[in-house]
Amino acid sequence: MIALLFRDLRLAVRAGGGFGLGLAFFLLVAVIVPLGVGPEPATLARIAPGILWVGALLSCLLSLDRIFALDFEDGSLDLLATSPLPMEGAVAVKALAHWLVTGLPLVLAAPVLGVLLNLPLPGYPWLVISLALGTPALSIIGAFGAALTVGLKRGGLLMSLLVLPLYMPTLIFGAEVVKRGAAGMTVATPLALLAAITAGALALLPFAAAAAIRVNLR
Amino acid sequence: MMPELGKYAGAVMWSYAASLALILGFVALSLWQSRRMKRALDEVEKRQEKAGE
Amino acid sequence: MSIWEYANPKKFMQTSAFLLPWVTGLALIAMLVGLVWGFFFTPDADKFGATVKIIYLHVPAAMMAISAWTMMLVTSLIWLIRRHHVSALAAKAAAPIGLMFTVIGLVTGAIWGQPMWGTWWAWDPRLTAFLILALFYLGYIALWAAVENPDTAADLTSVLAIVGSVFAFLSRYAVLFWNQGLHQGASLSLDEQENVSDVYWLPLVVCIAGFVLLFVTLVLIRTRTEIRSRRLQALLTRERLA
Repeated sequence: MIALLFRDLRLAVRAGGGFGLGLAFFLLVAVIVPLGVGPEPATLARIAPGILWVGALLSCLLSLDRIFALDFEDGSLDLLATSPLPMEGAVAVKALAHWLVTGLPLVLAAPVLGVLLNLPLPGYPWLVISLALGTPALSIIGAFGAALTVGLKRGGLLMSLLVLPLYMPTLIFGAEVVKRGAAGMTVATPLALLAAITAGALALLPFAAAAAIRVNLR
Repeated sequence: MMPELGKYAGAVMWSYAASLALILGFVALSLWQSRRMKRALDEVEKRQEKAGE
Repeated sequence: MSIWEYANPKKFMQTSAFLLPWVTGLALIAMLVGLVWGFFFTPDADKFGATVKIIYLHVPAAMMAISAWTMMLVTSLIWLIRRHHVSALAAKAAAPIGLMFTVIGLVTGAIWGQPMWGTWWAWDPRLTAFLILALFYLGYIALWAAVENPDTAADLTSVLAIVGSVFAFLSRYAVLFWNQGLHQGASLSLDEQENVSDVYWLPLVVCIAGFVLLFVTLVLIRTRTEIRSRRLQALLTRERLA
């Protein structure tokens, strides 16, 4: 499992692509939105939590099809399927690799972008915490969507259609945590619910994703 | 025989019109697909029966 | 005699051919009676005026939108567990119908909302949840359309239906939570069963029965189409191999 994790990480870094692209996209979202809605600090401060979460979600979405597609094309997915490692474990490791390459940089970059969007000061810790708690769910849900569409030639657009509705609860609770945190309100309830969704998704979705991959490899 | 709908006549009429149009359109679509599939299947079945003789 | 007999496509075709005229007739009668009764012979409500008549379309459509998804979930589970093709095809057949009911619910809701709330669309929890449900239907239908091998498609869509159900349910409550902080009880969506007197309740029940029967009719028709389509594919494949 560790070997698989390092292999995926090495591939991601060497191929360039995924690593920087998601982050660059996140930055672009944070730049484009003020250009679109105008520079008033009060407006930006109000929409910053939502924009940052939507931006993180979309950057996550961008790199999802890499989770399985390349391995499916060159046959390493078949090798994984015949290896002693259960498919559920392989899915979980690949989602973890995706999170380390995409989710973690987003979490670290978010405070910087928060400055761009004039996020109120009390919101910063909650922004980082909510993203750190929520992005693993985005990765594993995305891995499920990627597993469903792995056999398709042009699965990217379809995958977005499948994955985005699944992202909604995570987005709602995540953005709510930041919104409340920024307004100085108590955040315990949405934070607990966000953590619950992540934990539930991490526990159950590897099985669904592995089932989908087995079907696609049949 | 039209009931008096008052100032909301537009809203009521539009929702009935829209819904009925959707339902009827969908029923027509389903029936059309059903007919077409039945015809296509009949054709192939007949052809294969002939070939089988 | 058990319900699993109908998993045999031939048996299903025979039985559904026999049932179809009856169900269609009943659906037509119930829809006509319910809608005519509701449209022509009910008084206006105090708060709503004549718009109360929209309820006879709005509520049954919304109920069926959720019921159709539930039915797809059950038939998907049956397919995954017992591998009955008819079950998977029934789920496929039901999805566009469910989407139609969702759209009817949203459209009538928007038209009703305009005079009542002064806006076509409010990010009210129920409205939002229904919009998300429509997205789930779209994704499900798109996945069926995208995968070529029918058994693979049935498997993948079944998994999606199960995971989607969980997340649709989560979204429902997430949305409820999300809106609390923004609006006060802006929704006028009343709890029909409790607040509505018999004058409105009886035709509404007839309408709901009519929508259920309409759903059954359409599922039967579309499942028959799907079964024929599968048989056609099988025959064509055999022809090519021969």
